[in-house]
Amino acid sequence: MSVVPEVAPVREAGRFRSMVDLYVTTARTAVSQQFQYRTANYFYMFGMVAEPVIYLVVWTTIADQQGGSVNGLTAGYFAAYYIVWTLVRNMNIVFGAPFWEHRIREGDLNRDLLRPVLPLHYDIAYFAGWKVVVIVLWIPLAIALSFLFDPALSPNAQQVAAFAIAIWGAYLIRTMFQEALGMLCFWTTRGAAIFDLWMTLELLLSGRLVPLPLMPDWVQEISRFLPFQWAFYFPIETLVGDYSNAELVRGLLAQLLWILIGLAIFRVAWRFAIRKYSAVGG
Amino acid sequence: MSEHAVVVDRLEKVFQVPERDPGLVAATKGLFRRKTREVRAVDAISFTVDQGEVVGFLGPNGAGKTTTLKMLSGLLYPSGGEGRVLGFVPARRQREFLSRITLVMGNRNQLQWDLPALDSYELNRAIYRIPREEFAPLRDELVELLDIGDLVRKPVRQLSLGERMKAEIVGALLHKPQVLFLDEPTIGLDVTMQKRIREFVADYNARYGATVLLTSHYMADVEALCKRVVVIHHGRILYDGPLAGLADQFAAYKTIGVALENGGADLSRYGEVLHTEGDWITLRVPKAETSSVTARLLTEEQVLDLNVEDPPIEDVIELVFAQERPE
Repeated sequence: MSVVPEVAPVREAGRFRSMVDLYVTTARTAVSQQFQYRTANYFYMFGMVAEPVIYLVVWTTIADQQGGSVNGLTAGYFAAYYIVWTLVRNMNIVFGAPFWEHRIREGDLNRDLLRPVLPLHYDIAYFAGWKVVVIVLWIPLAIALSFLFDPALSPNAQQVAAFAIAIWGAYLIRTMFQEALGMLCFWTTRGAAIFDLWMTLELLLSGRLVPLPLMPDWVQEISRFLPFQWAFYFPIETLVGDYSNAELVRGLLAQLLWILIGLAIFRVAWRFAIRKYSAVGG
Repeated sequence: MSEHAVVVDRLEKVFQVPERDPGLVAATKGLFRRKTREVRAVDAISFTVDQGEVVGFLGPNGAGKTTTLKMLSGLLYPSGGEGRVLGFVPARRQREFLSRITLVMGNRNQLQWDLPALDSYELNRAIYRIPREEFAPLRDELVELLDIGDLVRKPVRQLSLGERMKAEIVGALLHKPQVLFLDEPTIGLDVTMQKRIREFVADYNARYGATVLLTSHYMADVEALCKRVVVIHHGRILYDGPLAGLADQFAAYKTIGVALENGGADLSRYGEVLHTEGDWITLRVPKAETSSVTARLLTEEQVLDLNVEDPPIEDVIELVFAQERPE
């Protein structure tokens, strides 16, 4: 029995250049697609603003009743925190674990697996493109909120630079952990309960519900050793808080560490998960 | 000696399928003891496909065709045996392997739904790392061959099924795959569109020497494209050989067409009269008796014309599919 013995490597451009091309092209595709749905995107963002505005009104009222601040956090701080929150929250919307359930059940993963590139790359690039649309749509929304709530926001250049990096760090941390969590869908078709538990922990320990300094000390201590706050509280604080340059760098390094940890978990889970795939749905 | 593009050696796939009886009691029992059943979708099959060959992979629904194609394209891990495509083990899903094959599934959409096909093609260019100078001419050539010049600028969701299928095929071939796994590429299409796609596949095969493994329930596809067929049923291979030989192996009868001088004579004593059309009468006779019946007809009747044929391929396939699962 004769078998084709050797196969010449595929002719290709430099690996790095090809990956950049893949990311840029995929992101561009996402931008085209999402701009087609700009109205839907805007309504979605308006809906999302409701959550921080409620938090903001509650904390501002409490601050006013307590002589202008809660635990040293002023109404202006809360306004700044929750306005920046809206952008960070949008950056945190990634290819979430429940999407994996859909991808497997509907057979969409077949298409993704036929491509000579890990689906993770496509997901990162596609949602990154979507984020560009989100940022563009967010700017007028942030201006309107600033007129309404008078935020105390005066970051220096280092803080602005750190924030610009930290929001993408947040995006990548959450992507890695959500993708890793999504691997559960290869073993169970009912991962929703686990995803909900994860979301609850995230809500409490990330700074999404309240700024972390308002949480009990032990909660703050626990959250230091979990990825959640590095995808939420830290990026907000880079702009709103008073971090020193050293703290900014340490925070960005912590984000990098969590990205790598999340990636490592995903890669290991993926290796086992893909063997479980039964390619249903055509 | 020709080289094999596809080698399948005792390949098998077993699925564990959960099952339980209907009702609340069974559901409660299922909480404590989960019952599963083993389904042997592909049962130690072996065959090879030469480079540049077009092979029809036939079988009824649930025979194991698509599962085999999914294993050969790296979507599924085999439970046993081995498959090799262009020397690669598909389950390893190496980039070099995936860049050389394609799997087109007639019932799946692989293009971006909301965007014009051109955007999806551009995405495929980046994914498959196709040099720009090669990409544009090939894309234009494929678009022209399938005559979808005006359609590739419309959002995919606005295309008809046939138009979308043609756009899908262009997208699937932009990286010039050497092996094409086509899983019912003409399903649901009208006859004109089916013919167009058949011609295109034949042309692509001739032009690039690509290997094609095709499943289809339309015998016209198989007859037009495949000299050889592999028939799979209940996960096992029933037949592997020339399409023409299928009738020899499975059909227990032949048809004799005959025209007589005295027109509508009763020929039922020679065999089962299938139909009469003017002077032409078609008989079905057991294969073993074909020669003797033909000789009797020629001596006993005033025959103007006579021919002996295998039954239509559709009928043969029906006979094959009707076979029980071998133990």
